[in-house]
Amino acid sequence: MFTKIMVPVDLAHADKLERALQCAADLATHYKATVVYVGVAAATPGSVAHTPQEFAEKLAAFAAAQGESAGISTDSLAMTSHDPSTDLDPTLLDALDQCGADLVVMASHIPNLTDYIRPSNGGTIARRAKVSVMVVR
Amino acid sequence: MAETTENQGIPEPEGKSQIIDTDYEIGQDNIETQIGPFGLDVHNPVFLISGMCVIAFVFYALALPDQAGSVFSWMFGAVTKGFDWFFLGAANIFVIFCLLLIVLPVGKVRLGGADARPDYTYMGWFAMLFAAGMGIGLMFYGVSEPMSHFASSIGGTATEGGVRTDWAPLGAAAGDQQAAIELAFAATIFHWGLHPWAIYAVVALALALFSYNKGLPLTIRSAFYPILGDRVWGWPGHVIDILAVFATLFGLATSLGFGATQANAGLNELFGIPVSSTTEVVLISIITAIALISVVRGLDGGVKVLSEINMGLAALLLLFVLIAGPTIAILTGFVDFLAAYLTHLPALSNPIGREDVNFSQGWTSFYWAWWISWSPFVGMFIARVSRGRTVREFVVCVLLIPSLVCVLWMSVFGGVAIQQVIQDGYTAAQEAPLELKLFKMLDALPLTQITSLIGIVLVIVFFVTSSDSGSLVIDTITAGGKVDAPVPQRVFWCIFEGAVAIVLLLSAGGLQSLQSMVISTGLPFTVVLLVMCWAIWKGLLAERKVK
Repeated sequence: MFTKIMVPVDLAHADKLERALQCAADLATHYKATVVYVGVAAATPGSVAHTPQEFAEKLAAFAAAQGESAGISTDSLAMTSHDPSTDLDPTLLDALDQCGADLVVMASHIPNLTDYIRPSNGGTIARRAKVSVMVVR
Repeated sequence: MAETTENQGIPEPEGKSQIIDTDYEIGQDNIETQIGPFGLDVHNPVFLISGMCVIAFVFYALALPDQAGSVFSWMFGAVTKGFDWFFLGAANIFVIFCLLLIVLPVGKVRLGGADARPDYTYMGWFAMLFAAGMGIGLMFYGVSEPMSHFASSIGGTATEGGVRTDWAPLGAAAGDQQAAIELAFAATIFHWGLHPWAIYAVVALALALFSYNKGLPLTIRSAFYPILGDRVWGWPGHVIDILAVFATLFGLATSLGFGATQANAGLNELFGIPVSSTTEVVLISIITAIALISVVRGLDGGVKVLSEINMGLAALLLLFVLIAGPTIAILTGFVDFLAAYLTHLPALSNPIGREDVNFSQGWTSFYWAWWISWSPFVGMFIARVSRGRTVREFVVCVLLIPSLVCVLWMSVFGGVAIQQVIQDGYTAAQEAPLELKLFKMLDALPLTQITSLIGIVLVIVFFVTSSDSGSLVIDTITAGGKVDAPVPQRVFWCIFEGAVAIVLLLSAGGLQSLQSMVISTGLPFTVVLLVMCWAIWKGLLAERKVK
């Protein structure tokens, strides 16, 4: 049913993504799909990497490690954004177009007060993406 | 100091570059927490100390407005009179340094590595650096400054007890109309041309170089790495960043104060809305609210869009005044004024032995302190949008082009106003208070209602673009150089910028309080900038060596 699964990851908080990663790996195994890990970073040095190139390398290494531990086929796509705090949603939607995934599996927090003002990224992607989106809480 | 090594923590950017050997991880001193529903990711202790001090300051000025007012006016006098030589001398160094960077071979170094490509088009880039850098000031002083210098120059000099009491630049031009006009424009262009933009360029270049080429966090302390080494991540660095936050906050508040006064004066002129501190407070609140929306929409969706709209509106207004006014006279004026600027530049920028004390201390010294206090904010903002440019391209675009635009702006707005006085005998603009001069000048041109409205909109949008880009910058500094910190932090700073502006306007001294705070934060930062020049030089030389 699915051939390519996009999983947005925040490498700075990869520990909080355990459930989403597991879920994506299970689905990939079931459907024999490839998982594409997508990361978004600014061009300025950040906590994960100092340059966009280093960020892409770290993301590729992360994808390879996930592939090895779960026994699935993986890929990675590093996106650069001028202002990741606010442009995450449009950048992820761009990434979705670029990688051509037919399912998005992404982690999200439990909705709280701020979601009324600024919806969560998972919520926005689910609303705007043309493909199926699974939000893991 | 940095070593040329291939396998350290910080990798090379795109293309060869000399990397820095530090094991500091960006964000390692940050506190990530949740306060209620809001996530926080802030640098400890930069955020805590600067945040607490700002809150304490707001309460102090609110609780004891009279005392605060007198403290501020004492500081204003002490700093502008005692340290004018320092401000003037330092600013000259910045200009010479930048001009050297254009002609020397180090100008070939590319920000972000040899193969990096620019993030923004020239138009978007230029609009943003201009809107952040000068916006409101150009609206406020475009007409008023040339007129003030013209009036004081033609009035000649006056002395009392051997000290000049007039406000004319240099030796004035008593009774000589043409000489007075040229002197007035030379002085105005001096305050808005090469010097302020050189100040911005130094900070912007230092940050861009150490962040994009060396991989250090995008925060002011990074420029001090060549001098302080890893100590820059400790208290010396904290102090530098906290200082930058104060300078930005009070510099912004001054501009917001100017903007609110002028928008109020314009609204009064156009719609009869009363000039009062209540109106100004309401204006600052409304405009801060618009800035909040922009800041939440981010760099591309908010700041850039508004900057481009403003650029378009400003160009329209400039073109209109140029066409509706005496076009030929203004265009010849542009060339003459530029020549007058270059002729008077050595004397105007001389830091010692000045006789025109009121001018050099009250105008120049104040301006330099103001630009310097703005420099961490504008510089950091310019740095953030300048990746992929070469140093030469960068300095030409940040120093020469904006300077020329300022000359044109002043020549057109001030030129028309002065022509109105000497040709038509229309003196309304001359006699009006500072904040009203622009609107009185527009009064004598056709389509007054429309142009005045555009004027007010411009003041307000420039206000917004300064406030939102300022919030982004303060947020990045207080988040230890992270640009992806949670959005509520920006909202916090945006609100407090407005709050500081309101409190300073309400305190006894009004705008004088704002100016004193600017001057006071500008002084220590001048030292920071001088050190930055040296750091840039060292950093660039190291980049050239790896080629």
